[in-house]
Amino acid sequence: MQKEILKVTDLKQHFPIKGGIFGRTINHVKAVDGVSFTVYEGETVSIVGESGCGKSTTGRAILRLDEPTSGEVEFDGIDLLSLNKKEMRKKRKDLQVIFQDPYASLNPRQTVGEILQEAMSIQNTVPKEKQHERIVELLETVGLGAHQMDRYPHEFSGGQRQRIGIARALAVEPQLIICDEAVSALDVSIQAQVINLLKKLQKEYKLTYLFISHDLGVVRHISDRIIVMYLGKIVEIADKKSLFTNPQHPYTKSLLSAIPSIHPEKRRERIILTGDVPSPIDPPQGCRFHTRCPFATERCTREVPELRNVVTDNGHQAACHYVEDIEAGIMQPVR
Amino acid sequence: MFVFIIRRILQTIPVFLGVTIIVFSLMHLIPGDPAQIMAGESAPAEQVENIRERLGLNDPYPVQYWNYLSNVLQGDLGNSIRSGRDVTTEIGHRFWITVELAFYSIVLSVFLGLIAGIVSAVKQYSFRDVTLMLIALFGLSMPNFWLGLMLIQWFAIGLDVPSWIPFIDNTAWFKPSGWGSFQQIVLPVITLGTGGAAIIARMTRSSMLEVIDQDYIRTARAKGAKERVVIYRHALKNALIPVVTVVGLQFGGLLGGAVLTETVFAINGMGKLVIDAIQARDFPLVQGTVLVASLLFVLVNLIVDITYRYLNKRIDFN
Repeated sequence: MQKEILKVTDLKQHFPIKGGIFGRTINHVKAVDGVSFTVYEGETVSIVGESGCGKSTTGRAILRLDEPTSGEVEFDGIDLLSLNKKEMRKKRKDLQVIFQDPYASLNPRQTVGEILQEAMSIQNTVPKEKQHERIVELLETVGLGAHQMDRYPHEFSGGQRQRIGIARALAVEPQLIICDEAVSALDVSIQAQVINLLKKLQKEYKLTYLFISHDLGVVRHISDRIIVMYLGKIVEIADKKSLFTNPQHPYTKSLLSAIPSIHPEKRRERIILTGDVPSPIDPPQGCRFHTRCPFATERCTREVPELRNVVTDNGHQAACHYVEDIEAGIMQPVR
Repeated sequence: MFVFIIRRILQTIPVFLGVTIIVFSLMHLIPGDPAQIMAGESAPAEQVENIRERLGLNDPYPVQYWNYLSNVLQGDLGNSIRSGRDVTTEIGHRFWITVELAFYSIVLSVFLGLIAGIVSAVKQYSFRDVTLMLIALFGLSMPNFWLGLMLIQWFAIGLDVPSWIPFIDNTAWFKPSGWGSFQQIVLPVITLGTGGAAIIARMTRSSMLEVIDQDYIRTARAKGAKERVVIYRHALKNALIPVVTVVGLQFGGLLGGAVLTETVFAINGMGKLVIDAIQARDFPLVQGTVLVASLLFVLVNLIVDITYRYLNKRIDFN
């Protein structure tokens, strides 16, 4: 059995909506509403879902960049949410993040060298006299040169900036890196380069990735296991192969059917969902997907489906009351 | 950077020429004949003609301008009509009083404005934020001559304090007029600095709010940087660029405000000098003062421009 590195239990992130003359809290956006999963050392787990499903919020809540409302985040045996500010700052050495937009995630007033050096100094990972050497090493690791050390972020292209972001994350020798849409802002050819770099680094440094993305193609390339989220909840967790070949939840099925195929004859039937994603301020009762699910019954509007094992032995879990019936063909889509 | 500064200094030359043209034209745009005014209403025509000849007013405009410009470049701003003394001597130490007043006011504005702006932005929509911005709104809306008068009323003439408040019996802590001692400096500086502080506070707040949501701020937090470092090193430095621009523009308003403030507080600065000169129709003195004030403004903007380029790393110096 592999070692658990990150264990998230019933994580909730509700953002208050203020209104009225006195700025009272009138409601909450339930961006993440009870999410539990485990990440094992050395693997890449992806969280996928459409915009607004809470995947990035989950990532930020784990890092405590936004304080989560409730739940538990256990990292390497330590409950992160119980740490005070100072302890948390120290702990950040082990958990790093790479953001989506490489144009926004680097301080425009710091040179690349300063960006990397600051990370090292704060966490005290490299003694002062060795920092220069280490910066050069890091830049070379991510495919940049030592001569680029004194340049400012605006002097780099998007792909290069993302490499700087990666170098920055690596500078403190973390165990887990949360990649929040880390390649979504890049051109496809650059995406491939950056993903391959991430894969290479994973091998070299025995990194664990939590990869947040909406791009199923990218996710398929990099992940070991995949978490599918819908409106703040997990609807399906499975290893990559099982999920792509044998999706169980109706939402996952429709999501996968949306991947464009380069083989016209192999194109599968597109499952098009009706309606829009409901508002996370007032999510539907019961199964959150029932308003758009082609199989929904009256039970789905009442009972919240638990995440349960649906395919024997390989840990494939889905949150749907009727997985077996749909699979067996007993239930047919009604709309 | 060096090349940039040199080039920027050279760019002030046309501005300087433009200023001299406008100041020179003042003499001719003002209704009435300067020579007539200098000689007095009832002076004989012969005397007026004499003065005109002496001032070179019979020459064509370009020649007059050329003479004026060459005099200015040699530091000769003409003579005051009223006192007959050199305009440069008249302006002399009064210039430094105004510069001092403006400098202290700017320092006060920047100091208060930055602190208020940062606090407001960091705790957006909190009670502190709302209160500070309300005060800033007042500061912005208050005409500074009125503020000056009120400050004199409250803190120079003084209010009678109810006897149950300990240690204070009168609030006449400062002096209502003059310049030099600490007691004389406080009120005018507050009067002149308040408006700027309010603008800088609001600008800092909005500029900080824009920056504070950026991913690189989140990156800094993710690095494990202390909140203080995140706010000052990462957020404030990036938010300063628009603030510096405002400070530069503010300076122009400050020179205008100095005219009012100096009048209210009876400070013998350049502002009061220009008011007196206008009232006495002392044209060479008005010209000289306006020219010096304009040059001061150009100089300050030069400094602001250089600071701005230094702060904004995205601009290539060469």
